[in-house]
Amino acid sequence: MTLSLLFQHIVNALSLGSLYALIAIGYTMVYGILRLINFAHGDVFMLGAYVAFYMMTLLSLPWWVALLVAIVFTAFFGIGLERVAYRPLRDSPRISIMISAIAASFLLESLAVLIFGGRPKGVPVPDVLSRVIHFGSVSMIVISLIIPLFTFALLAVLLWIVNKTKTGMAMRAVSTDIEAARLMAVDVNKVVSFTFGIGSLLAAFGGIMWSFKYPQLNPLMGVMPGLKCFIAAVIGGIGSISGAVLGGFLLGIIEIMTVAFLPTLSGYRDAFAFILLIVVLLVKPTGLLGKRQAEKV
Amino acid sequence: MKKAVVTVLLVVGIAALIVACGPAAPETVKFGVFEPLTGANAGGGALEVEGIKLANELYPTVQVGDKEYKIELVIADNKSDKVEAANAAQRLVDKDKVNVVLGSWGSSLSMAAGPIVKNAKVSAVGLSCTNPLVTKDNEYYFRVCFIDPFQGTVMANYAFKDLGAKKAVIIREVSNDYSVGLAKFFADAFKQLTGDENAILAELNYNTGDTDFSAQLTEVKKFRPDVIFAPGNYTESALIIKQAKELGITVPFLGGDTWETPEFIDVGKEAVEGVVFSTFFATETPITETSKVFLDEYRKKYNKEPAAVTALGFDGYLVARDAIQRAGSLDKEKIREAIAVTKDYPGATGMISLNEDGDAVKSAVIKTVKDGKFVYMTTVEPY
Repeated sequence: MTLSLLFQHIVNALSLGSLYALIAIGYTMVYGILRLINFAHGDVFMLGAYVAFYMMTLLSLPWWVALLVAIVFTAFFGIGLERVAYRPLRDSPRISIMISAIAASFLLESLAVLIFGGRPKGVPVPDVLSRVIHFGSVSMIVISLIIPLFTFALLAVLLWIVNKTKTGMAMRAVSTDIEAARLMAVDVNKVVSFTFGIGSLLAAFGGIMWSFKYPQLNPLMGVMPGLKCFIAAVIGGIGSISGAVLGGFLLGIIEIMTVAFLPTLSGYRDAFAFILLIVVLLVKPTGLLGKRQAEKV
Repeated sequence: MKKAVVTVLLVVGIAALIVACGPAAPETVKFGVFEPLTGANAGGGALEVEGIKLANELYPTVQVGDKEYKIELVIADNKSDKVEAANAAQRLVDKDKVNVVLGSWGSSLSMAAGPIVKNAKVSAVGLSCTNPLVTKDNEYYFRVCFIDPFQGTVMANYAFKDLGAKKAVIIREVSNDYSVGLAKFFADAFKQLTGDENAILAELNYNTGDTDFSAQLTEVKKFRPDVIFAPGNYTESALIIKQAKELGITVPFLGGDTWETPEFIDVGKEAVEGVVFSTFFATETPITETSKVFLDEYRKKYNKEPAAVTALGFDGYLVARDAIQRAGSLDKEKIREAIAVTKDYPGATGMISLNEDGDAVKSAVIKTVKDGKFVYMTTVEPY
């Protein structure tokens, strides 16, 4: 393998990994606060992409306006989803709320088939983002450069919110013990809504970036990325924001390098993602950056 | 005693109701439409359904013996999924009790229905499923299109003779029987034409539903082929070609009949300009009287140019209808025999004659993409 090919593979891996990282953050945030695996995350991701698509095609809004509108809409949608599907079950056994999440996921997929139609749609990608740039013999499109930058910027902002602000302190309190936080006059509902808002916002942003990079929409487009990013979050240590980013990049690198070094096994690329998950869980059950937590009784 | 009388009266009443409603039913002949209407292949399925519905509007009845039946379409969505496809086929033959099945777009989906129609002894007419295994060892599955050994040879010939290609790379959808089969037939023919056992430099795989192909395409770059053959589902294929252009790959892309859907151009946009693929039918060269009827009526109803698979949907319906008419009976075995001996039936896509495997022997059409439209290049007669 020549050096330039290797560089091309590295660029491909980082650009895919950053997209995984972006979506994995949303999973990990919700889990960190509520200990809930939000199975509908992938479908919120799909919804964000569709809303942006319709803003651009039906209302002919410029792409960045469409992006903002879609993100805000999806964030509120996420808050609404939590209120309808998860809040009434917060004090029920954990399994009930998980089943509710799965139900929400199926509901959103079926609604999307009914409303948006089952046929795939092509996304009008803005020219600025789809331009090809070259570094020597390595080439990539602008969007592949933008996504990692945004991922790291969002990571920094989120770490600041969680660790330095009052809301962040409340989030950490709820994460440690909901009852105790409530006794300390933390408005748990507000914190949870805020978390879902942020999580859905990230999902929408990820979905739109995804649809700009792979310009094709269909109602089930969130299923596989949802699963992969869940894996990324678990590998990194679910609940840890930096861990999610690390897991996302790791997954992207493994997937690309599998094909790069073992081209004959390129059909088994998804399998490698799952093998990586199993290996990490066997060696370090809490994930790479996860903290061991004493089981609350 | 009183209770018993009431019970008997009730039973008699219900029985009378059932009998009264019963005999009204068998005035229709049911055609099961077995197509992907959601999921990755929905674009293709929708095009075939358009053709079937158009045929149903123009020819809504069938003459069986001296009685005229109305043809009812029972549409079942196989959701682009092999497991769902088996369920949908089972439902058509068991619950809906259809007389004949039409479809499906996608050889894998048709193959999932194969054993089910065979067990139920219901004949199925495939429309655009080209993998040889669909009809092989299944006397109940027929099709109105050519098969992949022919299609693969047509494209290998095009690569070798028209493009002067000596070395090719294949990118295939490894979980799709159609793609794997067609890739193999292309490889065999291409090796034979070039006389070079190593004419295929590499075969790279991806999975249905994948969106990122950058790693595979970076590998392709390494091999420096003259041509890339990438048969597969249209959305994945469009993304592959788009990402190839982004990586600076300028080698021509060749593909198969599945590319001819509006979504292929919609997703691929400028990137798919100039790609070349084989398909079944071109509106530029109407072949029979039926072609003219089909083209006129389609343009009138949909106000656009039909896709090849839409014409095949139209033909599949007519072939099944013609067979039932010739059978003069709704007996499953008689229908099967009648379809099997279909000969020189003038369909929209040309004269349809089925061979001993139940496959139509027909010419192939080569098309390209120009200015965001599918454009006819040439016709290749069967060898």
